[in-house]
Parts: sequence; C-alpha cells; structure tokens
Amino acid sequence: MFDSPEKLVLGLVTGILFGFLLQKGQVAKFEVIVGQFLFRDWTVVKIMGTAVVVGSVGVHALVMADMASLHIRPAQLAGVLFGAVCFGIGMAVLGYCPGTSVAACGEGRRDAMIGVLGMFAGAALYVALYEQIAPLTQSLGDWGKVTLPEVTGTSPWLWVALLVVGGAVAMFLDSTRRGTSIVSAGARQRANAHR
Amino acid sequence: MRSSMIIPILVVLVSPAISAAQEAGADPLQYSGPAWSPYLVGALIGVLTMLTLYFSNKPLGASTAYARVAGLIGKGVAPRHTQALKYYQDNKPVIDWEVMLVFGAIGGAFLAAWHGGELTGEWLPAMWEARFGEGSYALRIGVALAGGILMAFGARLAGGCTSGHGISGALQLSVGSWIALICFFVGGIATAMLMFRL
Repeated sequence: MFDSPEKLVLGLVTGILFGFLLQKGQVAKFEVIVGQFLFRDWTVVKIMGTAVVVGSVGVHALVMADMASLHIRPAQLAGVLFGAVCFGIGMAVLGYCPGTSVAACGEGRRDAMIGVLGMFAGAALYVALYEQIAPLTQSLGDWGKVTLPEVTGTSPWLWVALLVVGGAVAMFLDSTRRGTSIVSAGARQRANAHR
Repeated sequence: MRSSMIIPILVVLVSPAISAAQEAGADPLQYSGPAWSPYLVGALIGVLTMLTLYFSNKPLGASTAYARVAGLIGKGVAPRHTQALKYYQDNKPVIDWEVMLVFGAIGGAFLAAWHGGELTGEWLPAMWEARFGEGSYALRIGVALAGGILMAFGARLAGGCTSGHGISGALQLSVGSWIALICFFVGGIATAMLMFRL
C-alpha cells in the first residue's frame, strides 16, 4: 500500500518545490499554456528550454562522476507518435498539462480540478485497455531505450554543448528584442486580462 | 565523496543561471507582478531534475501518478477487478514517490499562489470567456473533462508527459522523448489554432 517513508518524503519535498516553481513561473494558467501554442506567449518554451539546458549539463556531469545513471524510456514509435499527438490535443483543449494542472488546482482554478478528474478517467481507460494496447505499442517500431549520442555515435557532451549554445543564442535574441518582443506583449496581454 | 561533489556541480550550474536571469530582468524575482523570470524558474527546475535523479534515483515526471491514484480508487470500489488488471500487476497501485510528488505539487503551488496573492476560485479563464462567451460553464466543464481524458490516455500511451518526456527525457537526450516533445507541440498548436484562430 505504501512506499518506504524515505521515498514518500522525498517525493513530497520534490513535489512541493516543483509545484512552487510552476506557479511562480506562471504556467499554471490557461492563457500562458494556450498562448504558447498560439505563439502569443513564450513562457512555456523559455521554462522548458532553460530546464533542459541546465538539467542536461547537471545530469551528464552526475553520470560522468558515476553519481547517477540515466533513466531512458523506450522509443516505441507507434505509441509515442499517437500518444503524444493525443496528449498535445488534450493539453490545448484543457489548457494545462499533468504537472501544471495540479499546480493550477493549488492556485484554486476550478476548471483544472475538472481536468484532473478527467485525467483519472483517461488513465483508468488506458489501464483497462492495457492488455490489448501494450502488445501493439511494444512491437510497432520499438527502437529501445536509445539516446541521441548512442544513435549518432557521438559524445553526449557534443549535444549538451549544442543545447547550451542554442539556449544562450535564444536568450540573447530575447534580451535584445525586449520591449517590442512577443514576450512583453504576452505579459501585457495577461495584465490586461487580469484587469 | 559522492555527496561532497554535488555541491560544486550545483554552484557551477546555478550561478550562471541566476546571473543570466538577473541580466534578463532587473531582479530575477520581480517579473511582471508575482511572476518570477521564466529563465530563473526553468534553471531551478533543471537543478531539481538533477537533484531528483541523484537523491530519488528517478526522472521527474507527473503523469504516472494518475494511473496509480486511479488504481487506488479502483481498489476501494472494485478490489477484485482492479487486482486482475494486467497493468496493475506490472505497476502496483500503491501510494508511492510519484503520488506524493503530485500531492506535494498541489501544496507547493498553493504556497506560491498565496505568497503572490494569486489564489483564485476561477471557473472560466478570461481568454476562454472572450472566445466562448461569459457563463459558458457547461461547455468548459465538458471540454476540460474531455481534454483531461485525452491527455492522460495519451501520456500513458507515449510513456510520459511534458515533464517526464519534455523536460526529464529531453535533457537526458532520449530519442523517444524528443519525438514525443515535438508531437506534443504539433497536436497542441494545431488544436489551439483551430479553437482560437478560426
């Protein structure tokens, strides 16, 4: 029924930090999530991009120091392609993703609470159909637990360096365009919406 | 020795992120009202995924918890049927790290919203009302339910969500996660354009 107390506490602390950051990053809001898909507000890409750049440096440093191991999910093409497109459609319609919808619940948003109920139903639907679906997703286009460096036969640090340079260029362009950029337009729009 | 090395790595990672965030805005914690700079938040989430991998030996992800909680509800309502399901034989429905993560996230977001004076009881987002009319509660409830169902089903099929694939998987340079990340945006952009641009 329960995991070990140590794991439960670790999960809880991680969750509190994660939820706090998501709320402070403004991604527990319908306008910000849907605004990203409409290219009106770039908050989601900025947060995810920075997290990927910083995290990739840190995680690969940990792995190199033999302090952690990678946890790669298998690239099962049929399931990933179909599931991820379904996910994107659902995310645009709901206006929150699985992490940000619980953060939006913490903020008190009622539509997110309805969305969470829907997610329990969606997860239960998958569980009910698992016996039929799993053999398909596990056999159609399973590339296994592969990473970009493994597939290309390159060093992970090449990819990490690409991410860092790409992120730095994107941040530089954003800071030079600040004032007239879509970013501040998005912030203004939100400020207007709150009024 | 292992744990003593994590501190220098953290310092090296966090300091440029904070200084970059400070350059982007005058103060990383002052960004249009109660919001923090997205760069600062992103950098801290990046550090959090790293700490999670180190301390919990897990990738940071939110969507598995929904199947676990659905199983816990199922155990209460129809224990025999739930236990017979193959998914729950492979993934036991217990209160575990992932479930606590989701509970913690509710609490953390509540604290952050309370701290920034952003607690609300809103049913309809302003952008929704502008498009679908004031008082369109029934439509919003139906659409939110359908969106939640589709999203959680898709997340289980794809093996992760915006955090599990989009952040944790992408930063580990997983091929499947980058494909999933692209498809999340393809589905999301097409749907949002249909809903708000037509």
